[in-house]
Amino acid sequence: MENTVLKVENFCAFFGDNKILKEVNLSVSKNVVAALMGPSGCGKTTLIRCVNRMHELIPGTAISGKMTLVNEDIYTMQPIVLRRKVGMVFQKPNPFPTMSIYENVIAGYKLNGIRIPRGELDNIVEQSLKKAALWEEVKDTLHRKGTFLSGGQQQRLCIARALAMDPEILLLDEPTSALDPKSTSQIEELFVELKKNVTMLLVTHNIAQAARVSDFTAFIYLGELIEFGPTEKMFTVPKDKRTEEYLTGKFG
Amino acid sequence: MRVNPRIINQAVRVGLSAQALFTVSILVVIVAIICVKGFPYIDFAFIFSFPEDMGRHGGIFPSIVGTIQLALLSILLATPLGVGTAIFLTEYTRESAFTKLIRFGVESLAGIPSILYGLFGFIFFVIKLKMGWSLLAGVLTLTIMILPTIIRTSEEAIRAVPRQLRIVSYSLSASKWETIKKVVLPAAMPGILTGIMLSIGRAVGETAAVIFTMGSSLRLPLSLMDSGRTMAVHFYILAREGISMEKAYGTALVLVLSILLINVVAYYLMNKAIARYS
Repeated sequence: MENTVLKVENFCAFFGDNKILKEVNLSVSKNVVAALMGPSGCGKTTLIRCVNRMHELIPGTAISGKMTLVNEDIYTMQPIVLRRKVGMVFQKPNPFPTMSIYENVIAGYKLNGIRIPRGELDNIVEQSLKKAALWEEVKDTLHRKGTFLSGGQQQRLCIARALAMDPEILLLDEPTSALDPKSTSQIEELFVELKKNVTMLLVTHNIAQAARVSDFTAFIYLGELIEFGPTEKMFTVPKDKRTEEYLTGKFG
Repeated sequence: MRVNPRIINQAVRVGLSAQALFTVSILVVIVAIICVKGFPYIDFAFIFSFPEDMGRHGGIFPSIVGTIQLALLSILLATPLGVGTAIFLTEYTRESAFTKLIRFGVESLAGIPSILYGLFGFIFFVIKLKMGWSLLAGVLTLTIMILPTIIRTSEEAIRAVPRQLRIVSYSLSASKWETIKKVVLPAAMPGILTGIMLSIGRAVGETAAVIFTMGSSLRLPLSLMDSGRTMAVHFYILAREGISMEKAYGTALVLVLSILLINVVAYYLMNKAIARYS
């Protein structure tokens, strides 16, 4: 497929002797939100951490199989080069406490020592905050600490920080699980808007969230990808019995 | 018989506040005595003129300069060494027999009486390396002496930085060193500064280790190889040898005021750093 952003083939991940992901196959095309859902501990977070190779930070992990990002093999790239193309947003909002809102947005450039003229930086900050729907709320306080913001605002700041690097794909690791319902729905609306610019892989244990925001959904259970397809289809006529049981709340 | 918990609470409250009051009052009494006894003897000339007749007359200018030189140079040497060691221990090693050994060494060094550092400095720097009684020997000895404090406080401060921040930094494609430099160290800065300030206080007030290594010359140290004395040493000699109790108290007051000044500046810097970084 021409506009495939992420392709996962026969992918397995191990932690010590445990096989956490078993022969996962998946392909995500451009400008969609793909949700990964499944009960806690099913391997969905491991899967997205393999996309930007963050799992390697934990000693004792290994992988087999193949993953490509826009036709480039993720596992032959330099992790640092790869992570410039893959943004990540975590469960808990985590702006850098020592940096202002402005500095947080351009943290990716600052941390890499990439020098950019001031005017261009201003532009990146404004555009990224606009994409993250935070600009109007913070445009007058750009030089205050990011930690003064509310939880939902902080999470949108983290999204802006990831977007500032202009990534091919944005990994979202249960990005609303630490937020209140209002902030959650704001961020969900934001994802729908963000699709125009970026492809998103959203880990969620919230079935309703997957239904609300995603175009495609993968159901992962005990390290296996049980089913992957258009969200609407999966939620109305799941192919696998386990998917159906999960969606109807029989387990998970 | 069961005592009413409210009475116990009251008793504990009274007991603890008495202890706190006692501690503070000791401090107040010491400072007050030094102030009362020393105040009549300090004036502009006392601070800016040279001592005469072994310190019986004149001022204490060389020892003020000596104190600043010694403390400043020791801190300048010990800070990069100590913070570097702390970074190595926290970020570049996993807990192992080796790190335990280093940490045990650091803890032991912190517990050694300062006169032993003085003795070591005397034997090694003054005699063996032929530095003689000199500012340099004093600086090197004090560097070794304050290193454990800096390492321990920095290590704790670095460890207290949430792991999550490092992970975010990596996810933004930062390298390990960039992460340490731009994320971890700024967040740990208030704690590291505390260690540095404590060490300055120790260096300024140190006597035994200084007499052994920097000597006690009354002249103004103009090079690293010159001997000199700090205010603490000057005070000790004036009082111990019965040269002049008046000048001794004057010196003590200047010393106390300097330490107070350092603490105030330290608090100011720390609050500024904390405001910047949190």
